[in-house]
Amino acid sequence: MHRTGELYGQFQTLEQQKDSAALGMWVFLVTEVLFFGGLFLTYTINRHAFSTAFGVSSNTLDLWLGGFNTVVLIMSSMTMAMSVWAAQVGKKKQVTVFLILTLLLGTTFLGVKVIEYTQKFQHHLVPAYHFDITYHSNHPLATDKPEEIANEKEELEKAVDRKNPANDQDLNAHAQLYFSLYFGMTGLHALHMIVGAGLLVWLIKESLRGRFTPQYNTPVEIVGLYWHFVDIVWIYLFPLLYLIDRHR
Amino acid sequence: MSIMSNVFGEHKLPREHYLNATYGIRSWLLTTDHKRIALLYLASVTFFFFVGGLFAAMIRIHLLTPGGYLVSPETYNKLFTMHGVAMIFFFLIPSIPAVLGNFLVPIMIGAKDLAFPKINLLSWYIYLIGGGFVLYSFSTGGLDTGWTFYTPLSSVYSNSAVTPAVIGIFINGFSSILTGLNFVVTIHTMRAPGMTWFRLPLFVWAQYATSLIFILGTPVIAITLLLAGLERMFHLGFFNPALGGDPILFQHLFWFYSHPAVYIMILPAMGVVSEIIPTFSRKPIFGYAFIAGSSIAIAVIGFLVWAHHMFLTGESTYAALAFSLLSYLVAIPSAVKVFNWTSTLYKGSISYDTPMLYALGFIGLFLIGGLTGLFLACLGLDIHIHDTYFVVAHFHYIMVGGAVMGYVGGLHFWWPKITGRLYPEFLARTAAVVLFVGFNLTFFPQFILGYLGMPRRYHTYPEEFQALNVMSTAGASILALGYLLPMVYLIWSMRYGKIAGPNPWPATGLEWKTDSPPLTENFHVTPIVDWEPYDFSRRPDLGLIAGGSLAPAHGDD
Repeated sequence: MHRTGELYGQFQTLEQQKDSAALGMWVFLVTEVLFFGGLFLTYTINRHAFSTAFGVSSNTLDLWLGGFNTVVLIMSSMTMAMSVWAAQVGKKKQVTVFLILTLLLGTTFLGVKVIEYTQKFQHHLVPAYHFDITYHSNHPLATDKPEEIANEKEELEKAVDRKNPANDQDLNAHAQLYFSLYFGMTGLHALHMIVGAGLLVWLIKESLRGRFTPQYNTPVEIVGLYWHFVDIVWIYLFPLLYLIDRHR
Repeated sequence: MSIMSNVFGEHKLPREHYLNATYGIRSWLLTTDHKRIALLYLASVTFFFFVGGLFAAMIRIHLLTPGGYLVSPETYNKLFTMHGVAMIFFFLIPSIPAVLGNFLVPIMIGAKDLAFPKINLLSWYIYLIGGGFVLYSFSTGGLDTGWTFYTPLSSVYSNSAVTPAVIGIFINGFSSILTGLNFVVTIHTMRAPGMTWFRLPLFVWAQYATSLIFILGTPVIAITLLLAGLERMFHLGFFNPALGGDPILFQHLFWFYSHPAVYIMILPAMGVVSEIIPTFSRKPIFGYAFIAGSSIAIAVIGFLVWAHHMFLTGESTYAALAFSLLSYLVAIPSAVKVFNWTSTLYKGSISYDTPMLYALGFIGLFLIGGLTGLFLACLGLDIHIHDTYFVVAHFHYIMVGGAVMGYVGGLHFWWPKITGRLYPEFLARTAAVVLFVGFNLTFFPQFILGYLGMPRRYHTYPEEFQALNVMSTAGASILALGYLLPMVYLIWSMRYGKIAGPNPWPATGLEWKTDSPPLTENFHVTPIVDWEPYDFSRRPDLGLIAGGSLAPAHGDD
């Protein structure tokens, strides 16, 4: 189909084209909800079935890094919304500035995620790769605080103690299940962030050419929808993975 | 239209149409024209149909004798698995939506193309990549888990090439998702002036309902198979009881998609039948709004019945009761359709052209398939016939007797629009009858076998079942002939068939108001719709003489 300016040949008007693009993105997001939904369901059922192992495992996550990342993502959603607004009112320079800010915040999030994953790798918490939930408490690093290691050890002992009514004799297997889901869910989320970052790079390039005007700003708007969706996934992931049953 | 036909009623092909607009392999492989993409899909799903058919033929030959001499038991497991995977994921699910739907939805609503033509092409390539992985699995060790991929068999114990198959089906899912997304958006935003929701052809309603299932169901099977695949590759434990996982959870997630997938297969075929019946009865369809609504109802209720596949897994009695009741409920919108089709026939001016033969065959076979579905929804009876040939016969009546009959009938009905030429009518009617007879002879004995207790998926059976099995194999040979015939004469007709003209039947839809084959842009000018659907009486352009006897729909050959 031939293209006239910003209008593709299969459409009659720019408005129709914009409505189609926006509806298309909303429908895509519905499929994403169901895609993540399968993981959320699997997580919830196992969280219920193995609450001790999942509790112990989630306590090994770094609340500060997770919390910091949550703030970073919420801020990136704000800058994304600002760039959509700037495009709609025709402030071309601000579109670019806010898009760049969004991209920086997004990459910050991914950078912090790398730090967290590295930590898990060092603590032998990567599933199917010498996974050992007790490794860290038995092999603390010089930088670890001794009382935290003692706390962790005590908690692990309590989890397998037969006198404890909530004991879990298969703690390592169930903790591995937790980390399978942790890496599955945060990994899939990170993959979506990477795709989003790629889209932002493209938007920045186009907006530097001054392509987005009050008449035509559909790409900014629908990438914005996508970006907000990915943020919302994290808003659910953070409490599910980090916060439930937190006691350290 | 008068430009195309001279006084003797002889037609000529239009000078320019989508098939001769551009030439060369690039103009096909990089096309964004929905009609060309439909033909790309037609070629690829036909390929997979014959792959799946080959496995089916081997299964039937093996079962000629109680001992089964053709293949080893292990190979037999692979045959029925690969038959199911090829047929369900790579033929039945994309068949009507991606071929006929792709071709027709934009034309039927008066649009120039789908809303996202490039995404449409992308979905075909995704299909090819997924299909490539699955063929790789078939040819390097095969697949023996059953098409259901139940864990932990698929994720731990099977020694066959499960991983590439799972990856292939995962990838192929995105092809379905993108097709569904494209249809939903197109139907919402691309309708021509005057094409209101309740003037949409029922085929479009059916595609819309199907697309809803694509969108809501396919992501769930994607994530489920992804988890099962990861479990197999990295020895994780999502669904492996030895590592704390839950195999029943896999079954729930699997059937949450795979039961609605049955409606992905049958709903579009129902849409085809809803187009054919009024055309060859020369009568507006009876109960338009009810047929449209029942498509949506089937899509919605279809999502609430999945656990009837799991009555024997030890799920709670109360859950089983609820799922049984909900499964019965699906019968209501299905019956609404059947009653409306038969009411349309009543006092109609019926002509038995080939598409009509398929449509009538569909009604009969779907009726049997649907009613035996009620047996299976019944908690007590299901315990007796679960996992027997009764189930096999039931779902083949729906999927082959229903979906494939609808697909082949639809191909004939719209063949003049797709190619601009008519197929040889006598041969086509013969093939339709051969298919009907062959199908019933293949699958009706299987109801009896199942009821007598022959389990599915076994490579051997007791001697007293031989007579019925031989009947079934004989039927399958006739069925194969019934599929090969159209294959041959349809290809022949692409070059030598009689020129069809814009509206050979004549039928009332928008697609018949443009050239055959249509222009790349579908219409010379965007049509404005000012008539009600399936209304023959206020349509002088159809050439039917008011008060006079109706011309035979197919001419006089």
